[in-house]
Amino acid sequence: MAEIGRAVKRREDLRFLTGAGTYTDDINRPGQLYAYIVRSPHAHARLGGIDASGARSSPEVVAVFTGNDMAADGVGGLPCGWQIHSKDGTPMAEPPHPVLAVERVRHVGDPVAVIVAESLGAARDAAERLAVQYTELPAITDPAAALKPGAPRVWDDIAGNLCFDWQLGDAAAVDAAFARARHVARIDLVNNRLIPNAMEPRAAIGEFDRASGEYTLFTTSQNPHVIRLLMGAFVLHIPESRLRVVAPDVGGGFGSKIYHYAEEAIVTWAAGKLKRPIKWTAERSESFVSDAHGRDHVTHAELALDAGGKFLALKVSTIANMGAYLSTFAPAIPTYLYGTLLAGTYTTPAITVETKAVFTNTAPVDAYRGAGRPEATFLLERLVDVAADELGIDPAELRRRNFIPKDAYPYQTPVALQYDSGDYRATLEMALKAADYAGFEARREEAARRGKLRGIGLATYLEACGIAPSAVVGSLGARAGLYEAAIVRVHPTGSVSVLTGSHSHGQGHETSFAQLVADGLGIPIETVEIIHGDTAKIPFGMGTYGSRSLAVGGSAIQKAMDKVVAKGKKIAAHLLEASEADIEWKDGTFTVAGTDRAKTLGEVALAAYVPHNYPIDELEPGLEESAFYDPKNFTFPAGAYVAEVEIDPDTGKLSIERFTASDDFGRIINPMIVAGQVHGGLVQGIGQALLESCVYDKETGQLLTGSYNDYAMPRADDVPSFALSTHATLCTHNPLGVKGCGEAGAIGAPAALTNAIVDALKPFGVRHVDMPARPEKLWRIIKEHPARAAAE
Amino acid sequence: MYEFEYHRPANLDEVGRILGAREEAKIVAGGMTLIPTLKQRLAHPSDLIDLGAISSLRGIREEGDRIVIGAMTRHVEVERSAIVQRGIPALAALAGHIGDPAVRNRGTIGGSIANNDPAADYPAAVLALGGSVKTTKREIAADPFFTGMFETALDPSEIITAVSFPKPQAAAYQKFPNPASRYAIAGVFVARFPNAVRVAVTGAAPCVFRVPEMEAALSRSFSADAIKDIKIPEGGLNTDIHASAEYRAHLVGVMARRAVAACG
Repeated sequence: MAEIGRAVKRREDLRFLTGAGTYTDDINRPGQLYAYIVRSPHAHARLGGIDASGARSSPEVVAVFTGNDMAADGVGGLPCGWQIHSKDGTPMAEPPHPVLAVERVRHVGDPVAVIVAESLGAARDAAERLAVQYTELPAITDPAAALKPGAPRVWDDIAGNLCFDWQLGDAAAVDAAFARARHVARIDLVNNRLIPNAMEPRAAIGEFDRASGEYTLFTTSQNPHVIRLLMGAFVLHIPESRLRVVAPDVGGGFGSKIYHYAEEAIVTWAAGKLKRPIKWTAERSESFVSDAHGRDHVTHAELALDAGGKFLALKVSTIANMGAYLSTFAPAIPTYLYGTLLAGTYTTPAITVETKAVFTNTAPVDAYRGAGRPEATFLLERLVDVAADELGIDPAELRRRNFIPKDAYPYQTPVALQYDSGDYRATLEMALKAADYAGFEARREEAARRGKLRGIGLATYLEACGIAPSAVVGSLGARAGLYEAAIVRVHPTGSVSVLTGSHSHGQGHETSFAQLVADGLGIPIETVEIIHGDTAKIPFGMGTYGSRSLAVGGSAIQKAMDKVVAKGKKIAAHLLEASEADIEWKDGTFTVAGTDRAKTLGEVALAAYVPHNYPIDELEPGLEESAFYDPKNFTFPAGAYVAEVEIDPDTGKLSIERFTASDDFGRIINPMIVAGQVHGGLVQGIGQALLESCVYDKETGQLLTGSYNDYAMPRADDVPSFALSTHATLCTHNPLGVKGCGEAGAIGAPAALTNAIVDALKPFGVRHVDMPARPEKLWRIIKEHPARAAAE
Repeated sequence: MYEFEYHRPANLDEVGRILGAREEAKIVAGGMTLIPTLKQRLAHPSDLIDLGAISSLRGIREEGDRIVIGAMTRHVEVERSAIVQRGIPALAALAGHIGDPAVRNRGTIGGSIANNDPAADYPAAVLALGGSVKTTKREIAADPFFTGMFETALDPSEIITAVSFPKPQAAAYQKFPNPASRYAIAGVFVARFPNAVRVAVTGAAPCVFRVPEMEAALSRSFSADAIKDIKIPEGGLNTDIHASAEYRAHLVGVMARRAVAACG
């Protein structure tokens, strides 16, 4: 059986490409109403009276609700799922997060009221007649400025806008290493704030069944069970047994659809009040101001090296923007998903990192593809290049000298993680060879003859995926477990339904999970159906993020399949009148060892459901098994990327001439889907490096990049054809040997590209270029250099 | 979108009648600017008069040494027109790089120049080629037509019927696109005629404008070198999050030299 490893075409694509998918906005319920959310036009204001009489004047308007209405009904605030403690032991500042704003609005787009009407048009019309009194207050959007004395306070009772001041690592050991270092490389950088922009905007439909008292929420979520837990337990106080959450086809998430958002609670609560279904769908402009954003770090870092170029210690200080409220997993991102990654692929023996998380009058910031790991990789790989340049060592050579050797596993880093496997040298050499690193100088000279500045940059990355185990993340502040659940249901005639707690919103689980099951149970892939995204069907699920689905969700499926096979052996032994110990399982068939006596899985399943000849005293009928899988550790994908760029000195315009990626994702189930994931990640990394930037006006707090006219998403002609390769070292602690591939591209690409840009601009004395490397920025560097030289 | 009455008249007389009767009526050509504006509720016309059914406004023809393009001609039709490709290839190329395929299949030349977006491509071509704008009332030369940001010489009841372009000896358009919107941050159209060179710039200022110093220098010597020392003053140019006035001024020079070089 050989489905695993084959480029099986995605089974879901016919439905998606022919418009037959069912996205939340495609769902319409009988008697459905429409919600329009009235949002703050101000970054910071005192919220005065709300006069809804004008809005209610239309007969089509069914209801207008404000934050006070929800508070009066006992509705709770949106919870934060991770608690961080500052280095002095105090818990993070955790301000309330009302579903609809009460008393104050704290960012542009903060929801203030909801209009529910018979049509969306009527709701929008009514919104314009809603009179909301605002008294504007000074706003702060820049995270570093927010910490300064005298900065406007986002929360009156949170001094200095400081959410927490966290630290990890042995600071004394780092200081000692710096004291004996021969060289210290330093860098100051900004990791630019991004807006996720999934193709499908968020949407939610709330419904209440008067007969059963059951609520249903259809929502664009990466993790419907998590939403059921958070919304049911903390916000609306509905028991799980009365709350069904469905995340149907979802058009991209990238992290932004992990979180429990206000609109989900609004439509569910209002549906209960009004006893009618209510739909809300974000407009794109609304997505820009109300989806959780990503990144937004300001960092100073120093790397100490010895005379031979060995890294002795790393010291990192970061200011991380949380936005106005704590989104579901926000505090974990610049801490345990960031600081723990700072060893990267290197043997750096001492590392300390401190992160000050700050509140600002901006949309909440949370995980976005990579989540902390792109920020860690960017600073580490930039810093290594700075060190290489200062020491006159080739960047590839400096990395080779510091790699964790492939025989050093398990490898304990100084920042909590223990890597289980890897071979960083192998992926680096693969990438360098494929990129013709050795031949670069000839290409640089050829470009120079054409008047172009050509540069090459490389970056290695290591990411921690499948965040786990539950006990460890719990000790680090997670208020949830991070396992996954699955049911493998073998039907009487041998076809199989798999219910998984993972959620597919572009990843292709319906294909790769089916490959896993087809091989695991020795049955044709056509007979395997993958079901996900509905709390009424799936036993439980923690959902899809952090490249965890195959490593954690796939392992849960494997565990359930193992149980199916174990039971099947007992049934087969009975049918074949043999001892269970003599039954061998291979390629879908139970065989008595050393004989040709055999029963297929289908025959065993039929016997299990029609138990006429069955060991009924020992075994229950049926062939269905469930499993929960709690990983023993993270998985650690890693790799090396090489970017080659050309810059037109006349305009500063940059083109990516080559991009080479060599990744170690462990065992690969479907190489085509993996390549697609890498392509997508790389393009998002290119977007961050070259184009994307969320800009708030520093004075008014208005979002200046609130549409595609101003927020530059990467397009097909912004990216090159990618040269991909993989080298597998298997994960040692999950049954599949898989590591995860969803975020790698977005993690490694920004550093590789920026290193290439700095290399191209080296003749101009450049040490660092902040992202995005837009043409005017590059043009200025080139233009201002001769003048600077003359002045000196 | 607010409610409005929708009309799709078959001739210009009918358009005039509705315009005269309804004060808040608006004309829609391709709708590539107006429809998004309506969707964002930034405009509230009482009536929308769609010119799409008026066949006389559509089509491309040669009239002696000129090419006349009907106001409702789509960008894709200009891009693919054998007449335009032969007579003014730079204009066909310009049309082929407006927006994206959806925009090029809906947007019209008349709509573009009536809107006079500061970063639109067509105004640069009309001004540099010294085209003239035919309306229901008169024919307006390019220079007095474009009067300011989103402003033209059209009066409220006047409708563009066609744009007439003289065929140049050579012409080229170079644009440096905004990475987000792909509108021009600076776009320069250079057109060479037997006794004159015209240079028009879009995207850099509130309204398309000509560069007389470049025109004079190129009239003396038509080469990129001839304009390499001409500095565009920053004053009056746009500054925004995408480009400073200084950068735009610089880009106008680069795009102008590239356009001249592209003229061959």
